[in-house]
Amino acid sequence: MKNHAWRPFLVAGGAVALLLTVRANVVPSDFGVNGRNFTYGFYRKGAIAYWKAVKVKYRGREYCQDCHEDKEKAIMASPHKIIQCENCHGPAIDHPDNPPKLTIDRSRGLCLRCHALLPYPGTNRASIPGIDPDEHNPRQACVDCHNPHHPNLEDMK
Amino acid sequence: MNPSRRKFVKTALAGGLAAALPLSALKMLSPAEAHASIGNDKVRWAFVVDTEKCVGCGLCVKACKLENEVPYDAPVTRTWVERYVITRDGKSHIDTPKGGRDGFTSPKIRDEVIPADEITQAFFVPKLCNQCSNPACVQVCPVGATFQTDDGVVLVDRSWCIGCGYCIMACPYGVRFFHPVYKTAEKCTFCYHRISKGLKTACVQACPFGARQIGNLKDPSDPVTKIIMTQRVAVLKSEYGTKPQVYYIGFDERVR
Ligand code: HEC
Ligand code: HEC
Ligand code: HEC
Ligand code: HEC
Repeated sequence: MKNHAWRPFLVAGGAVALLLTVRANVVPSDFGVNGRNFTYGFYRKGAIAYWKAVKVKYRGREYCQDCHEDKEKAIMASPHKIIQCENCHGPAIDHPDNPPKLTIDRSRGLCLRCHALLPYPGTNRASIPGIDPDEHNPRQACVDCHNPHHPNLEDMK
Repeated sequence: MNPSRRKFVKTALAGGLAAALPLSALKMLSPAEAHASIGNDKVRWAFVVDTEKCVGCGLCVKACKLENEVPYDAPVTRTWVERYVITRDGKSHIDTPKGGRDGFTSPKIRDEVIPADEITQAFFVPKLCNQCSNPACVQVCPVGATFQTDDGVVLVDRSWCIGCGYCIMACPYGVRFFHPVYKTAEKCTFCYHRISKGLKTACVQACPFGARQIGNLKDPSDPVTKIIMTQRVAVLKSEYGTKPQVYYIGFDERVR
C-alpha cells in the first residue's frame, strides 16, 4: 500500500524506538519501584550503597583511650567526662595515620559554648557554671588556668 | 481472498496490540518485591529530641557538618539549633546564629539586649530532618532522585538529582538545601553510613547531654521506642500529615 500518510507514522515509530533504546541504555537497571510504592520508593537502588559508603569520621572516645590513656583517665575523673574528645579536637578520621595530629583549639569560644552565662534559669544551661566572658579574665586563654581534661576547681594549679 | 476476512484479521491484530500496550505498563510484583513494598520489618529509625536537656552548645551542628562534609562556613546545615526566649510581653525572640554551629555565647538576640528579668521562658530546640513517613519532598521529585528506604530514611540520589529544587520548596520544615559543591538537593540522612554500621549518628554521639537519641521503632526494648510509647512527645507541624519520625520532649506550641 502506497500512501503518503504512512510516512509520519514511520517517523513517529522510529522516534519511539530511539527513545526506548536510549532509555534502556541510560536508565540504570536497578532503577524502579524498589520500596514501598511508586510515590515513595521509585529510585536507583545503588544510591543506598552510595550513602552507606560515606566515610565514618567521628570515632568516639573508646578509639582514643589506648594511645592517650592519660587524657582519658583525667577526663573521666572530671565533670567533663560527658564531653567526647572529638568535640574539642575535631574528627579523628584515620588519626594518627591521617591526620597525624588532631587540632588543638585553645580558643575561648570552645569553652564559652557551654560556659558563657545565659540568664535562662529554666534550662539545663543553668546547671553548668557560667561566667561572663567580658568579666572573667578577658583576653586570656581559658586553658592557661583551667585544665580542659580535668577542670575541677579544687585541682587547679 | 475475502476482503471482509482480511479486514477482520487486521482489526483484530490492531485491537490486540492496542489492548496489550497498557498491560505492559503494569508490572506483576514478585513475592520479594511485594514484601519489600510493605517495608523492612526489622528496622524503622526514629529520633527523640529532648529540648529540656539541650544547653545550646552547638557541638551537634559542628559534628554533623564535619562528618557529612557540609561546607563548614557556608550558610547551610543539615541540623541546627534554635534559641527561643519568651518575654513578659508574650513576644518570642528566636535566633540561630550560623545554625548554632558555634553555640550561643551571648545573651543578645539579633543584637538586641533582653533584660534578664523580662524573660519568662527560654529553651533551645535542635532541628533536623523529620524523616517523615509520608515525605512531601519525595512526592514532588520529578525524576525519582529522592526516596524513602525500607528502614524509613529519606535519601537523595546525588547522581540522579537534577537540582530543580522542588523538594526544597516542598519540605514544610525547611530541612533541605542546595549543596554548594555537589549542586544537588541535600538533607540529613540520619548518618545512614553510621546507623547501618551500628553506630549512633554524629550528632547523637557528639551531644554531651543526651538531648538527642536515635533508635529502632520496631524493637520494643529500644530506649527510644520506650520514650515514644510511654512519654508525652510531640512532632512538628502534625497538621501537615507528613507523620514525622522525630519526636520532641518538652515541646512548646511556639516552636514551628
Ligand atoms: C594509635 C594511637 C592513637 C590513637 C588511637 C589516637 N591518637 Fe592522637 N596521637 C597519636 C600520636 C602518635 C600523636 C602524635 C604525637 C606527637 O607527634 O606529638 C597524636 C597526636 C594527637 C594530638 C595532638 C597532640 C599534639 O601535641 O599536637 C591530639 C589532640 C590527639 N592526638 C587527639 C586524639 C584523639 C581525640 C583521639 C581519639 C579520637 C586520638 N588522638 C586517637 C596517637 C593516637
Ligand atoms: C573541653 C574540650 C576538650 C576535651 C573534651 C578534650 N580535650 Fe584534649 N585538649 C583540649 C585543649 C583546649 C587542649 C590544649 C591544652 C593546652 O594547650 O594547654 C588539649 C590538648 C590535648 C592534647 C595535646 C596536648 C597535651 O597536653 O599533651 C591531647 C593529646 C589531647 N588533648 C587529647 C584528648 C583526648 C584523648 C581527649 C578525650 C579523652 C580530649 N583531649 C578531650 C580540649 C579538650
Ligand atoms: C587567669 C586565670 C583564668 C582564666 C584565663 C580563666 N579562668 Fe576561670 N577561673 C579561674 C579561677 C581562679 C576560678 C575559681 C575562682 C572563681 O570562681 O573565680 C575560675 C572559675 C571558673 C569557673 C567556675 C565558676 C563557678 O562559679 O564555679 C568556670 C566555669 C570558669 N572559670 C570558666 C572559665 C572559662 C570558660 C574561661 C575562658 C573563657 C576561663 N575560666 C578563664 C581562673 C581563670
Ligand atoms: C559541652 C559543654 C562544655 C564545654 C565545651 C566545656 N565545658 Fe566545662 N563544664 C561543663 C559541664 C557540664 C561542667 C560540670 C557542671 C557541673 O555539673 O558542675 C563543667 C565544669 C567546668 C568547670 C568547673 C569545674 C568544677 O570543679 O566546678 C570549669 C572550670 C570548666 N568546666 C572549664 C572549662 C573549660 C576551660 C573549657 C574549655 C576548654 C570547658 N569547660 C568546656 C561543660 C562544658
